[in-house]
Amino acid sequence: MNFRRLFLIATPYFWLLALFLIPFLIVLKISLSDPAVSIPPYTPTLDLSAGWGSIKTFFTELDFENFIFLTEDALYWKAYLSSLQIAAISTFLALLVGYPIAYAMAQASDSWRPTLMMLVILPFWTSFLIRVYAWIGILSNEGFLNQLLQWIGLINEPLTILNTNAAVYIGIIYTYLPFMVLPIYSALEKMDESLIEAAEDLGCSRLSAFWLVTFPLSRPGMIAGCFLVFIPALGEFVIPSLLGGSGTLMIGKVLWEEFFNNRDWPVASAVAVVLLLILIIPIILFQRNEQKQREADQ
Amino acid sequence: MAQPGNKPVFAPWNDPHQKPLIQFKNVTKRFGDFVAIDDLTLDIYAKEFFALLGPSGCGKTTLMRMLAGFENVTRGEILLDGQDIARVPPNKRAVNMMFQSYALFPHLSVANNIAFGLKRSSMPKEKIPARVEEMLRLVHLEQFANRKPHQISGGQRQRVALARSLAKAPKLLLLDEPLGALDKKLRQDTQFELMDIQEKTGTTFVIVTHDQEEAMTVASRVAVMDNGRMIQVDTPDRIYETPNSVYVADFIGDVNLIKGRIESSGGDNYTIQWAEGQAPITAAGPQGLTSGTSCHFAIRPEKVAISAEKPTDRSNALQGKILDIAYLGNVSTYHVELANGQIIKAQVANNRRISRRDMTWDDNVWVSFTDTAGLVLLK
Repeated sequence: MNFRRLFLIATPYFWLLALFLIPFLIVLKISLSDPAVSIPPYTPTLDLSAGWGSIKTFFTELDFENFIFLTEDALYWKAYLSSLQIAAISTFLALLVGYPIAYAMAQASDSWRPTLMMLVILPFWTSFLIRVYAWIGILSNEGFLNQLLQWIGLINEPLTILNTNAAVYIGIIYTYLPFMVLPIYSALEKMDESLIEAAEDLGCSRLSAFWLVTFPLSRPGMIAGCFLVFIPALGEFVIPSLLGGSGTLMIGKVLWEEFFNNRDWPVASAVAVVLLLILIIPIILFQRNEQKQREADQ
Repeated sequence: MAQPGNKPVFAPWNDPHQKPLIQFKNVTKRFGDFVAIDDLTLDIYAKEFFALLGPSGCGKTTLMRMLAGFENVTRGEILLDGQDIARVPPNKRAVNMMFQSYALFPHLSVANNIAFGLKRSSMPKEKIPARVEEMLRLVHLEQFANRKPHQISGGQRQRVALARSLAKAPKLLLLDEPLGALDKKLRQDTQFELMDIQEKTGTTFVIVTHDQEEAMTVASRVAVMDNGRMIQVDTPDRIYETPNSVYVADFIGDVNLIKGRIESSGGDNYTIQWAEGQAPITAAGPQGLTSGTSCHFAIRPEKVAISAEKPTDRSNALQGKILDIAYLGNVSTYHVELANGQIIKAQVANNRRISRRDMTWDDNVWVSFTDTAGLVLLK
């Protein structure tokens, strides 16, 4: 066996093992433990110095108690469901906002495209946290948005947007919009313009040429964009905790509270493991879609 | 083969009673300051296979895109069947186009690509599959109906594109460099297939090409374009045999061009003085040219004979030395340098084995031609 080849193949697997699998196994182990008033705040801990017998007792003390607990308290499944709902709705809205942006970028002249691309990426140059904080200044009752709307006479009383789910949607869409725009843009940009001309030549109006040719051909980009928005939005913690109110229930926030307010590491870990399992399903679907696309391109 | 006496020759352009299918009337097209089409007038008749030939940037593609409706006319008008089509959008024209890139829809199967235009037409839904089947048979792709465009070869894609553009039975089919992406052998086969399909369907074809051989093979008439203007519109044989200008003579095929001055004339026979110390060329030309007019004498290499001895039966004979021999298999082209440095190309059929060739490099030879073999061109 060629050593160099083996090394090349082993490298990504090593990083995957070190950065994903081992941390996951640690979290999984904690989720099977019991809470305790100690450091670290759970038992059992593995003590290899005591020999084979202690390893055996260590494994017998692990159980699924915390996972059963998650099903007993309605808070958890409500939080999962509400997170799924918020992630799904904001993904859909991001698609509605992002598609026209990507389309306009693809239609722009070659000299403009790098500038537009830059503008889409530009927000990443500022800290994510600061940008979310900035929305508080915009959305609060005395914020810029309410001031503007009152000044032009559209409303008399300030709208309550901050600390509601609406603010969370705005925050998620704003934050993850580039992830929606870029894959759609790359799908639209490589499309041959003569396809649209061919559709028109064969009797399509401008609009039907878009629906019958452009839209289906940008589908892989839309799917990629939706996954790139949906996956991080599902576990989102910063946006709901800064912009959302007490009524905003998201699993990321629940996870935070279990860890830092309750100091219940085992339950928090169980929440994290279930979240990961929920996320694995769309990730597998996403990868299958990618692979199908690759096969189709050959 | 076809005897002109028994079978009527297809030449509607010579019949004053024929109404052209397409008329360009003083059409000008500008892109900013650039004049792509310059005051062009042209008639194309029904059932013609019309070739637009010219170097890239000569305006041939713009002309075609104006017919399809993708470019507006700056000035003048284009009539299709007597109707001005300036205001008719591309999707309402009885004109279909086969794109250079084929522009097949990658997400649709071969059959659905062909059906695409039919589904947008007024054709009843239940009749579409039969029409698609018919088109697939026409281009011999019956067994590929369910494949996607990326699953078939380049030549097959070309035929799908042709079938798709013919499916709606357009009055006029535009072909933009239709064979450009195929290799030479396949291109030659496809040329004959195109002619066959054109004859079978009776559609008027307008083809854009930069390949003069292709234009000569397929077309009933060829239009040679340069800088947005028509230089000559004629049948392939007349374009080749009687080009109207140095540009056309040089663009189509190989040619020897000799610059000279008309010295004396007697009827339609002229003597051309062309170089110090060289015998003047006697050549037939159009009547009424005056002495002293500068002109070009053009002669095709295959009409020039080459011999070791001075021939006595030809009115023009020039002595020179063989500079180069280009061996092309069936023919050889001899490059003969005359005493004044002028190079004359003579093409000879290789009907003897190459080892028995009696002339070689640096041999002194005579090149000769009759007085009717060449042409006197004034522009």
